[in-house]
Amino acid sequence: MRCDEVTTLLPALVDGEPVGFEVERHVETCLRCQAELARYRRLLRTLSMLRTWYAEPAPGLLGETLAAITDAAEHGARRTLLSGRRLAYAGAIGGSALAAGATAAVLIARSRKRSLRLAG
Amino acid sequence: MDEGELVAAARSGDRRAFDELVRRTFVDTFTLARRLTGNEEDARDVVQEAYLRAWKGIGKFRGEAAFSTWMYRITANAAASNVQRRRRHRTESFADDFEPVDAAAEHLVSQSAESAESLERISAALDDLPAKLRSVVVLKDVYGMSHEAIAEELGITVSAAKVRLHRARHKLRDVLYDEGAQADAV
Repeated sequence: MRCDEVTTLLPALVDGEPVGFEVERHVETCLRCQAELARYRRLLRTLSMLRTWYAEPAPGLLGETLAAITDAAEHGARRTLLSGRRLAYAGAIGGSALAAGATAAVLIARSRKRSLRLAG
Repeated sequence: MDEGELVAAARSGDRRAFDELVRRTFVDTFTLARRLTGNEEDARDVVQEAYLRAWKGIGKFRGEAAFSTWMYRITANAAASNVQRRRRHRTESFADDFEPVDAAAEHLVSQSAESAESLERISAALDDLPAKLRSVVVLKDVYGMSHEAIAEELGITVSAAKVRLHRARHKLRDVLYDEGAQADAV
């Protein structure tokens, strides 16, 4: 097996991923590939060090973010309130319509009774 | 109040508790956003979007992982959306060739003067990577997320995440440990 074939598999081998017996055997006996693998290990160590190397947010960004959440929360609350009001209005209109319908039905029934008495 | 109590309070709609969680995790989340986007301007948008999503979705957070870990996943997802938006609006190139760096956007705080130079070099090299390679290598090699979680948040397959990771490492290795003057600089 040639070094250039093995080199492309080293970024996977550095994680301990299975890359095949032949590749592993080549690395065990090839100083060049061992050095290359060591570079990848070093790269991973340095990358993991970045985890605690913080970027400093611009002044005011935290405040802007909290304000954006407040806006979103208030907007959400307004929408909830509006939909609640809409529901109340719809209920009131529906109730009124039902009451009007019932009244009309009673009046019609009475007027029919009167008509029948007069006819009788 | 510890984090668990703050999360419980925030889940029941307590804004003050949520704001405290934001304060405690802000620098960490911003740092991840900065690393994922490669520039300050996009990092600002991503961090705000991430916390807005967190506020809207706090009811679904069960507290099985740390709040900061949950924020990593939301931030990764928000950064992926940001990249997609940029792709649509600016027809940004996402080919695997290198892009120019915005060096002026650096405000990094050093923890160790000894390692500061190597960390600056690797930060700059990360910023130079194409967005789709950078996001995977940052989430895996810097933040230790699993391939599965990365794939889920970026909307790609696990095998695609692995391929991108290996390509990213290969590019970083080329930049940082290239033959000649720069050899062994990191």
